[in-house]
Amino acid sequence: MENAAKPFIIDDEQAGLFRVNRRAFIDPDCLEQERRAIFDRCWIYVGHESEVPHPGDYRSRTVAGRPLMLVRGDDGTLRVLLNTCTHRGAMVCRQRSGNAKTFQCPYHAWTYNSRGQLIGVPGEDSYSDGFKREQMGLVAPSQVDNYRGFIFACFDPATRSLYDYLAGAREYLDMVADQSEVGMRIVAGQQSYSARANWKLLVENSYDGYHGLPTHQRYFTFLSDLGIDMRASSAATPNRQKAVDLGNGHAVVEYQSAWGRPIAHWVAPFGEHRKPHFEELRRKFDARFGPERAGRICETSRNLGIFPNLVINDIMAITIRTFFPVAPDYMEVNAWALAPMEESAQDSALRLDNFLTFLGPGGFATPDDVEMLESCQRGFANREVAWSDISRGMKRAQPAITDELQMRAFWRQWNRLMTQPKLRQARKAA
Amino acid sequence: MESLDDPTQAAAGEKSRVTPAQLPSRQEVEDLFFHEAALLDQWRLEEWLEMLSEDPVYEIPPTDVPEGDSRNTLFIIADDGVRIRSRVKQLLGKSAWAESPHSRTRRIISNVRVLGAEGDEILVTANFAVHRMRYESVDSYIGRYDYKLIRRGKDLLIKQRRVILDNEALRPHGKISFIL
Repeated sequence: MENAAKPFIIDDEQAGLFRVNRRAFIDPDCLEQERRAIFDRCWIYVGHESEVPHPGDYRSRTVAGRPLMLVRGDDGTLRVLLNTCTHRGAMVCRQRSGNAKTFQCPYHAWTYNSRGQLIGVPGEDSYSDGFKREQMGLVAPSQVDNYRGFIFACFDPATRSLYDYLAGAREYLDMVADQSEVGMRIVAGQQSYSARANWKLLVENSYDGYHGLPTHQRYFTFLSDLGIDMRASSAATPNRQKAVDLGNGHAVVEYQSAWGRPIAHWVAPFGEHRKPHFEELRRKFDARFGPERAGRICETSRNLGIFPNLVINDIMAITIRTFFPVAPDYMEVNAWALAPMEESAQDSALRLDNFLTFLGPGGFATPDDVEMLESCQRGFANREVAWSDISRGMKRAQPAITDELQMRAFWRQWNRLMTQPKLRQARKAA
Repeated sequence: MESLDDPTQAAAGEKSRVTPAQLPSRQEVEDLFFHEAALLDQWRLEEWLEMLSEDPVYEIPPTDVPEGDSRNTLFIIADDGVRIRSRVKQLLGKSAWAESPHSRTRRIISNVRVLGAEGDEILVTANFAVHRMRYESVDSYIGRYDYKLIRRGKDLLIKQRRVILDNEALRPHGKISFIL
């Protein structure tokens, strides 16, 4: 266990070397520390406001290891509530989704309204005066906030506001949210899958431009077989790509891609008949945002990582992907498609079709990503090889999407949070 | 709508071009399912393509909307003919890493039923348990096949192949990288 005493990362700016201790991927103690130092302290994505549009609408899901409910109250307010009866613990919401006026705990029939207030306790007269029903409502996380429809929760009251936390990532969330004039919506259907790999490997993978060609060769062959002009990709236009550290561990890659985009980049396989419609769509964006920003929104693809575990990839479609560690070598992944509410049924069908070419557990790319992450995880059993190298492009003034600046941005923040409690303890001891 | 002997079939099939008398027997449909399972388990995917019609659909709905429509619901797979043929080509190539090397699979198919017909499409269903073995893990995919078949001469061809999973999530499977 000599390695346990070594740092998590080696960040040598002068030599241009960045290494991650593989202990971070395999050590159960490290995962326990992550739960406390990262998942209990950061803003964590819960869902999208469109998932509960009407009063009484709810969704139950597990977020950061906790069973939560996303509920729109009868007052129209969207809440995140911890799905556990304040009496003795049973989950009060037992369905995946639905609409309800009340949530009744099946164990002893305590009843809560859609705002989380406790409104019914059978045999309430048996309780002392010290028992205050109004104090026994369903509990909410310390902080819940909404940025342009994306709902986040934070279990630490001391963490700064969501707005500040998102930092440079806001600009990129805006470019997603701005694709609709009335609001974006989560499309029905959740891709619920997993990987036998550490969760941080999926962070790295989700905006890794370096792996594209070797790992996804079959996808690019598929595109060129369809008649897509592959010269439109970033490889041919290095000036139209960048990797950006967005602060607080968030990062993005932005690039010109060969594939078509539902907003609003037409390619031949979409069909000649759709071309005028795409041109019209693009003109609307030009009018709303001016040609430069419209060009960015419509023509570039962006893989955005929001620390710690939210990925919003606006590529051949928009996917929201979030994932949680269950064990050092196993994570659960949930993914959704996001679309403008006003999009026609035809356009939406095209979007979903385009999504499935690449993305998801049955796509032509995601399964190979999962395979690679699992392969890394198995490789880590060779403890003699203690470090992974993430140095690529470290000395480059303008990092490319095939460099590893994105991952270094993540790892630096991860390391800050993971080593902070120790600092505090050290100070205390001193 | 259960079997050939069902007298209600005549009424239900009035608009059909496939009459109840022309419906395949359960044994013929079982033979189709079993033959397909053998081809897929043996990775004889080009021969499997020959079992499909010219305009086939291969769909796997998401686990939370098992009866959904791929035009308005995010599926796991919604392939048309071009996509299916490309999928096969990829799987038989070397760079479909999730299946290179290939998994071992074993399909158990049961509860085969001939449900009736819509126009020239024959509706059949079966239960499946497909086990995938790779890197010494065994993942079980459990569910139902809903097929639409069409008659071409002596042959039955698969026009629509809908694979409805009972698994609540692809956990711990992680992916559907082979033809399920």
